[in-house]
Amino acid sequence: MKLPARFRPVLFIVLLLVGWQVAIDRHPAQILPGPIAVASGIVDLLRHGILFKYIVASLFRVTWGFSLAALLGIPLGLMLGWFQRGEMAFYPLIQIFRPISPLAWIPIAILWFGVGDSAAIFLIFVGCFFPMLLIAMTAVRNIPSIYINAGRNFGLSSSEFVTRVLYPAVIPQLLVGLRITLGIAWLVVVAAEMISVNSGLGFLIVDARNAGNRYDLVVAGMVIIGIIGLLLDLAMRSLENVKSFHWSSSEE
Amino acid sequence: MSLAEVAKNPAGTGQKLKLQHLGMVYGQDAESVPVLEDINLDVSDGEFVCIVGPSGCGKSTLLNVMAGFLPATAGTVTIDGEVVTGPDPRRILVFQERGVFPWLTVEGNIGFGLSKLTREERRQRIAHYVQAVRLQGFEHVYPSDLSGGMKQRLQVARALAVNPDILYLDEPFGALDFVTRVIMRGELHRIWQTERRTILFVTHDIDEAVQLADRVVVLSSRPARIQDILTIDIPHPRNISSPRYLQLRDDFFFWRNPVAGRDSSGPSSQQQPCWRYGISPFSGRPPRSFRRRLA
Ligand SMILES: Nc1ncnc2c1ncn2[C@@H]1O[C@H](COP(=O)(O)OP(=O)(O)O)[C@@H](O)[C@H]1O
Ligand SMILES: [Mg+2]
Repeated sequence: MKLPARFRPVLFIVLLLVGWQVAIDRHPAQILPGPIAVASGIVDLLRHGILFKYIVASLFRVTWGFSLAALLGIPLGLMLGWFQRGEMAFYPLIQIFRPISPLAWIPIAILWFGVGDSAAIFLIFVGCFFPMLLIAMTAVRNIPSIYINAGRNFGLSSSEFVTRVLYPAVIPQLLVGLRITLGIAWLVVVAAEMISVNSGLGFLIVDARNAGNRYDLVVAGMVIIGIIGLLLDLAMRSLENVKSFHWSSSEE
Repeated sequence: MSLAEVAKNPAGTGQKLKLQHLGMVYGQDAESVPVLEDINLDVSDGEFVCIVGPSGCGKSTLLNVMAGFLPATAGTVTIDGEVVTGPDPRRILVFQERGVFPWLTVEGNIGFGLSKLTREERRQRIAHYVQAVRLQGFEHVYPSDLSGGMKQRLQVARALAVNPDILYLDEPFGALDFVTRVIMRGELHRIWQTERRTILFVTHDIDEAVQLADRVVVLSSRPARIQDILTIDIPHPRNISSPRYLQLRDDFFFWRNPVAGRDSSGPSSQQQPCWRYGISPFSGRPPRSFRRRLA
């Protein structure tokens, strides 16, 4: 019997879950909750209305931090990439800030914003801003000169040039950049919520451990985080498939 | 000669473009690369001029200077008595490949330079040039779904749509296969005859030059100088198997050191023309059937 190709990964996951459950049942010591315990943990969270609330809280922070980083990082990056002097001035600075883990900013975030949403949003912003800036800069520099010359040839004004040549030319690379940084944002939000707020999926994980070692809820939180991360990535990918956005790979 | 032939005879119309002592040097000081040297050329309104020369000699540089993308380091480019200082929609450069915008459909590309027209005018103009380059039925297709030849026709259509006086074409068919190239030549010539633009066409294909041009400008290897300017006086349509055509083309191949041949001062590296095909593969007759005029 042959299974349709798209069901094969599902079958594989089911097999892994069964293996996981069997291994947990046969092992004497409690080192990890089994999938059944995790599933019932998720049901528990749903029944108390916590899960939905925490997911919304996490997504809210990601949306703000990520959008702010994109709204500031992309235009600034495009400008720095276009004007070579700006790039020369800022490049070393950016390269110094970029490798600093967003988590290193936690004390400063709390100092500036106190414990609360703003601190978490700031951390996500810091984590997304520098990659976004660099990607936008590179995207501008990689525009084939042929498009720039063609655009200049038809007598566009500066603002027309930006909206009709520069912007569409960098879109494919920016979309890839947005997808990568959204992934970063989702990584950072969990860490930020463990320390600076008392809601959200990151908080759920520390809270479940502190309030009586509920490891079933800890793993449930991890599974939810993984699934939402996957959905976010899929959403960004579907944007990349829009034809007038995604022209680069088919053309080169 | 038909009336149409007379009408676009270069001698009968006004001057369009003038290059005076044009020079171009890339880089500075020790790293400077002289690419163009003392280029002088007059092009008449409506004339079809082919520029040939070995690769790397500076043909693209010359077109970019004439189109205003690069400032010349010496001399001037004058169009209609006006010195060229930058790119202008009145003269459009068509690139060898990948010149169309991949994020726009065929319609969007042709309409790219038409934002100042009203919606209705734009629609008509686009429809006209879709027709002119025979892309009917592909109006809503993106370039990634077009063949190489169609993309080049699209680029030509986008250029023509803004009604330029001058069209610069930089080896526009160089990346196409032989059959497509021959067809494209015919299409370009048909368009030139109906639309009457001044065309400067860079190619390294002698056949292409002889089939299309009123005059052929031959450049030397880098730094490019004008080696020779040949007038092709066969009326269109040029029958590529007519004795006259074969003779001309033949002469082109034979012609390899005319300076030495004419004043017998002996070959010097400075005077070597770029064309080194050697003795004609057809007959080896001496050149005689084209009029030759030094710039
Ligand atoms: N931006 C540049 N800087 C320095 N040298 C250049 C530059 N662009 C082109 N060249 C050199 O100028 C010469 C002529 O180039 P090009 O005009 O592209 O030749 P062609 O189109 O005839 O093949 C080449 O040798 C090339 O290496
Ligand atoms: Mg070239």
